[in-house]
Amino acid sequence: MTVPFFILVALTLVGAVAALALRNLVHCALALAAALAGLAAIYLLLGAEFVGLAQILVYVGAVAILIVFAILLTRSRPELLPEGISGSPIAGIVVAAAVFAILAWAVVSFGAVSSSTPSALPPDEMRRIGDALMQRFVLPLEVMALMLTAALIGAVILALEEKQSAR
Amino acid sequence: MAESMAPNVALHIAWIVRNLWLIPVLPLIAAGVGSLLKQRQRRFALWLAIIPMGVSFLLAVAALAQALHEPARQIVNFPWLQFGGEWLSLGWLLDPLTAIMLVMVTLVGLLIFIYSVGYMAHDENFTRFFCFLSLFAAAMLGVVIANSLLLLFMCWEVVGLTSYLLIGFWYHKPEASAAGTKAFITTRIGDLGLFLGMVWLYGRTGTLLFYDHGAGCLEHSALSMLAAQATGVGMAASTGIALLIFCGAIGKSGQVPLHVWLPDAMEGPTPVSALIHAATMVAAGVFLIARVYPLMSISAAGGHATALEVVTWVGAITAFFAAAIAIAQNDIKRILAYSTVSQLGYMMMGLGVGGVAVGFFHLITHAFFKALLFLGAGSVIHGCAEEQDIRNMGGLRKLMPITFATYAVATLALCGVPLFSGFWSKDEILHSAHAWNVSQVPYALGAAGALLTAFYMTRQVCYVFFGRRREPVAALSGTAASLHDVVAFESAQHQTAHAPLSQGEVCEDHFGARATPHESPAVMTVPLIILAFFAAFLGFLGTPGWPWFQSFLRGERVAPQFAQFLHNGVLPLMGLSTAIVFAGLLLGWWLYGRNPSQDAAAPDPLERIEPRIFHALSHRLYVDEFYDATFLALSRTMARFCDWMDRWVWNGVVQAVRWLVIAVAHMDSSVDSYVVNAGFDESCRGMVGGGRLFSRLQNGQVQNYLRVLGIALVALALFAFWGHKG
Amino acid sequence: MTPLQGYLLVSAFLFAAGLGGALSRRSAILVLIGIELMLNAANLNFIAFWRYGPHPEVLTGILFAIFSIAVAAAEAAVGLALIIAIYRHAKTTDVNQLDSMKG
Repeated sequence: MTVPFFILVALTLVGAVAALALRNLVHCALALAAALAGLAAIYLLLGAEFVGLAQILVYVGAVAILIVFAILLTRSRPELLPEGISGSPIAGIVVAAAVFAILAWAVVSFGAVSSSTPSALPPDEMRRIGDALMQRFVLPLEVMALMLTAALIGAVILALEEKQSAR
Repeated sequence: MAESMAPNVALHIAWIVRNLWLIPVLPLIAAGVGSLLKQRQRRFALWLAIIPMGVSFLLAVAALAQALHEPARQIVNFPWLQFGGEWLSLGWLLDPLTAIMLVMVTLVGLLIFIYSVGYMAHDENFTRFFCFLSLFAAAMLGVVIANSLLLLFMCWEVVGLTSYLLIGFWYHKPEASAAGTKAFITTRIGDLGLFLGMVWLYGRTGTLLFYDHGAGCLEHSALSMLAAQATGVGMAASTGIALLIFCGAIGKSGQVPLHVWLPDAMEGPTPVSALIHAATMVAAGVFLIARVYPLMSISAAGGHATALEVVTWVGAITAFFAAAIAIAQNDIKRILAYSTVSQLGYMMMGLGVGGVAVGFFHLITHAFFKALLFLGAGSVIHGCAEEQDIRNMGGLRKLMPITFATYAVATLALCGVPLFSGFWSKDEILHSAHAWNVSQVPYALGAAGALLTAFYMTRQVCYVFFGRRREPVAALSGTAASLHDVVAFESAQHQTAHAPLSQGEVCEDHFGARATPHESPAVMTVPLIILAFFAAFLGFLGTPGWPWFQSFLRGERVAPQFAQFLHNGVLPLMGLSTAIVFAGLLLGWWLYGRNPSQDAAAPDPLERIEPRIFHALSHRLYVDEFYDATFLALSRTMARFCDWMDRWVWNGVVQAVRWLVIAVAHMDSSVDSYVVNAGFDESCRGMVGGGRLFSRLQNGQVQNYLRVLGIALVALALFAFWGHKG
Repeated sequence: MTPLQGYLLVSAFLFAAGLGGALSRRSAILVLIGIELMLNAANLNFIAFWRYGPHPEVLTGILFAIFSIAVAAAEAAVGLALIIAIYRHAKTTDVNQLDSMKG
């Protein structure tokens, strides 16, 4: 509950809300990048250095840029732009609020199981991660590689086809 | 030697009793096989009928030998049908009555079969005729040997059936088929009474076997029980049953109310008339009464046998009535038919006043001379080329000598001329009637009937055989003398040319429509001669001087005792009856024989004397017309009523049901189309609408689906954790 | 309020925000952004529980988060490719107009 925590939380939450509330899609993408960066900082705060850096590499560096590319490639005609809100936004917000309420209630009601002070972190975290990936979690790692290959090929085919038939 | 003989004889005789059933079954098999033959197989059909009949005759003779040896009644019973806990049994018996009847039926039957070979040689339905004759013989023999009233009734019905088939043998003649139907229906009315009596008897005694070692319905215990029971109308049960059984005999034997079928039955071929309607079937009624005589004769509390009284009166009335009608008939066979009715009346009267022996003796003698008379008439008809009216005959004495001689013998026997068989038997009846203590009227009727019998037979013989040949009104004329000579010459020629049954050779080959009468072939005359022998001499078995016949029936043996002639007023009565007979003969000769009429169209001498009575008699006393006006008219009215009912009432009901059903169907159809279909259609539309409504949930909007997911998550979380809060 | 609860609340808020945006914005890309946010909220949950859980040396939370990031990246790539393909076909990214599954 220190000050950096609150600053980072504020950055993340504001960035998240902004990513979904702004009108201009590019502004939304940039806000998203800010939120993701804030999350990466929170991970670093929590002591998960690898995850935090991976977050920046993957999310901020790839996913957010990809979203910007997609926005630029799918610009709608100008007259549709002002209409950013869905048919019944109230329903969506109400559902989201309900979900938050229930989650918050669950957290507040049952969350007091852990202690205030965290346990000690192991010193050689990176090595341990590498060991775990190569020994205990080697199968999920390989499956992940396969999945990423498939996703790569699929995305290329999906995005490519139109161009070839247009010729 | 007697000991060594006796066991063989005992074995052989017992065999005949055990196998008595062969006697009716052999002709039955012949009838069965005969029904499958084609019309062409005449020779085969002939031998098929005659051989079993001959074998049956030999077996009957063996049975008679057994009965002579052992006169006590011997029975063979077997169980036949089981229903519930009770058994119906059938069986046959052999006693003197049965044995004599068997011999008579098979002998007369065999002779008539042989005669038919010649008589029916022209006919194309030769095979069918012999098949029916065999069937008749089988059924009649079944009636004779039956020990059970049920078996007797079954064979009785078959006898009636074959009578119908044979009367209507020439079915393409409408008169013949009508006569067959009339015979069947009239006897059926009588058979109804027999059936009711049978059912009543079975109901009271529990058995239909006549003799069953003490348990039969004609044996002492059953009879005394029946005599003791009284019915509602005041007579004993035994009398009631006896009278009902007598109804069957009235129908079958042509007694007065139901005699109307017998004269019409003459439409059948003459051998049929001889066998069935003279010697055997009509005698079955008399035989039935003789068979159930113990039942008829037991006295109720009143002291006399009411049933037998009724039998006597019916018989006496029939005897006189039929004889009166016979004197005014012109068809040769119809005269003989009424004569048969009259003689059957005598037999019934004999049974009633004198017992089994008296009536049965006359049955046996009558069978022979009446069969002979019919066969002779057949010979006359055959020789005159199917002419049957006696006014168109005449002078046949010289042209058909054998026929004339045998016919004369039979006539004398029938009239009761002394020393012939009919004299002895008829005299027994008159003697017993005279001794009857109830009334002398039957005796008077019988005596009057005897007078009339002699009269009409003489009339017939004079018309047919004496005088000169009469031409019918439409025939050509020629000089009497030359015609006579030509006729004599031609008949002599023809007689030598006649061969017995040559492959259907026919007498019509050389004669035109108005043929010259000629003697019949030997196959027809030989049976006549044999029958004449019996007609003349059979009576000597039953004279008062040596009543062998009567005592044999009772199971006793008696030696000749000529002194009996002087007892019991036998001789005076014989003298009286002889005088009556000769009076009748004389009267007949006076009117008809002295001056035979030359002209066929001339009126009958009797008609000249007493036209009204003659007219009524020649119309058979209008009995048929009376029945037609009453019973038949009633039956027709009933039929019309039933038709009306059927057309209007039952048909109306049916039509109403039809309309109702159609209305219901229409209603159903409208319900179906308006209610069911509409309802169904509406529900279907509702389902479709509901489906469409629900399909709006699937609006293709992804965010909608997600919203639902979110709500579901919240709800589930709430549900899962609600209880665990804390 | 333990620190864990704090992190969890943050994660819950992020999740709710992502859900609300995914449910109420018309553009398909914004829906995808919302989904990415929701995934990140779940990642935060994992890391928080790893940090404040009983056995951090087992590194289960971290590894799960790593895999989650990899999957999220793949999914974002494929999803955006799909959106581009749909845009080429329907000339719009408005989810309200992509209702051919209607029925």
